[in-house]
Amino acid sequence: MIFACIHGLSESLPAIAAAFSPSFEQTAPDTIVFRIDGLERLHGSPRQIADAIAHRAGENINVAIAPTADAAILAARNFPGITVAPDLNGLDVGTLPLTEEMAQVFESWGIYTLEQLAQLPENGLAERFGPHGVYLQQLARGIIHRPLKIFQPETTYDGRIELDHPVSLLEPLLFLIARILSDQCARLLSNAMAASEVTIHLELEDHPGHIRTLHLPVPMRESKSLLKLLQMDLEAHPPQAPTLALSLTLKPVHPRTVQTGIFLPITPAPDKLELTLARIRGIVGESNVGIPELLNTHHPHPYRLVRAQPSVVSHPSAAAGHQAFRYFRPPLPATVSLDGNRPARIIASGIQGKVLQAAGPWRTSGDWWTSTAWNRDEWDIALTNGALYRIYCDPHWFIEGSYD
Amino acid sequence: MNPNAAHVITLGLRPNAQPREGLSTGIAPLDALLTHVQTQGFPRGAISEILGPESSGRTTLLHSLLAAATAQLEICAYVDTGDSFDPVSAAASGVALSQLVWVRCGHNAAHALKAADALLHAGGFGVVVLDLCQVPTRIWNHIPISYWYRFRRAIENTPSILAITGQQPAAKSCASLMLDLTRKRTIWTGAPGFSLLRGVEIEATSRKPVRAAAVQFIAQAI
Repeated sequence: MIFACIHGLSESLPAIAAAFSPSFEQTAPDTIVFRIDGLERLHGSPRQIADAIAHRAGENINVAIAPTADAAILAARNFPGITVAPDLNGLDVGTLPLTEEMAQVFESWGIYTLEQLAQLPENGLAERFGPHGVYLQQLARGIIHRPLKIFQPETTYDGRIELDHPVSLLEPLLFLIARILSDQCARLLSNAMAASEVTIHLELEDHPGHIRTLHLPVPMRESKSLLKLLQMDLEAHPPQAPTLALSLTLKPVHPRTVQTGIFLPITPAPDKLELTLARIRGIVGESNVGIPELLNTHHPHPYRLVRAQPSVVSHPSAAAGHQAFRYFRPPLPATVSLDGNRPARIIASGIQGKVLQAAGPWRTSGDWWTSTAWNRDEWDIALTNGALYRIYCDPHWFIEGSYD
Repeated sequence: MNPNAAHVITLGLRPNAQPREGLSTGIAPLDALLTHVQTQGFPRGAISEILGPESSGRTTLLHSLLAAATAQLEICAYVDTGDSFDPVSAAASGVALSQLVWVRCGHNAAHALKAADALLHAGGFGVVVLDLCQVPTRIWNHIPISYWYRFRRAIENTPSILAITGQQPAAKSCASLMLDLTRKRTIWTGAPGFSLLRGVEIEATSRKPVRAAAVQFIAQAI
């Protein structure tokens, strides 16, 4: 195998390499290496191939031809102009990727060139520096044969349609969106990728652009599901003016791979579940659907609703039979009669009666340094009808909820 | 041979009937009651109703059911009509909150029914809870009965359970299991003035598929 390396400050290096080989490795922004086997019939000897590459590359670009990729890279980086079958023995050892400690040790050993490093005993180097020392010696000897990491240009998944006439209805727009989505999802599928984010940009008549971004909880590439999600989002957030043009961008990520088990229960398919949750969000509101998450705080409401999909992450053992609590949201304002600082009678909307038994007060406070400070006395009470409530004084009385 | 024998219908329990596949609640007396009425827990692919007044243990039983389902790695949903769900007491009952979708409906029963409809038709949920405890009677009476037939149709032949809780029956003939809960007594400890709420003794009675003897269990305060 014969490798060529081009090195220099030029933005056209990939184009130069692509003129000689369809697959190449971009080792660094200023270094590209590729195989030149088979170019003999076009250009002749390795020297003539190097001349052809240098001719296309222009000035200030180094070209090196060597039997291994790393030898070609070393030569291109350290010898100006064209180098064929380079002699690396005389190169300074500092041209290798040394750590600072290794450079000091080599200096103390009197090792200054690659030839001297290549002649050191391999076992001794392995004992002193480990695998990296052996790798450096093999680099110095020019005997590392490795496959190239082929450069893949960044693929974008986007589409744009300009309309002849402004469109104000959503339905005709959806036909156009479906067309772009269908094409881009097919490209995602052919590249074994999925989308984690979809952005739609509507250019409006006499208005600034309308941009909506969907952050998908799981990577998806089914155009029908994405179209439905976009439709529901645009119905909830319609553009303010007729549309002149639309562009759609999908952010590619690797698809989710899940190992399912034969004995595991069936759970909702992620894309179908996301559609369902989006549909429910359209009914009850964006912020009212999600996963409850407990917070590490003593606040009276130590939880929040997280916009995410449910996931099986723990296997808690069921501890059935704990008394549950039900909140009144918002808390019910109440009028409480006291008897010796203890609740004796309570009147609220739909709830009234004599307090038969009360436990408390449970005094809690916290977050006094923030705007969400709380400071209150809580009581557990039983009324004459037998119902159990939690009430608190803050300093007004409220019924927080009931034990059920 | 009696020519009318084929037309004789046995009312009540059939002695050789196979129990329906169900989900146990983890509350031993209640599971024993359900086994007695041949449902082996809350029946899958059917509607169950948990009825009772305030502080009668309806939510405690729901949390136990959700805990049992999430312990079996199932995904569940809680359609919270009255915005009353308490994640803290649910977690204390053993509910894996990461496996629970919480839908807050802001006291809107119509939204709750639509959300439950979407969840049931999506499929794949172990238990879908429809909490109607705080729905006023005037709205309750206006819920179209067609919803319950639609829900029953959506989950039949699936492993999903639709658990409805409220003060009075909603699904009526569409429900396969109907449990009445009542509070027997409240358990307090300590001297007057220094007492602590320790729990509630609850009595559960099966109203459907057949009436059965009542059982008691205790919901312990956290």
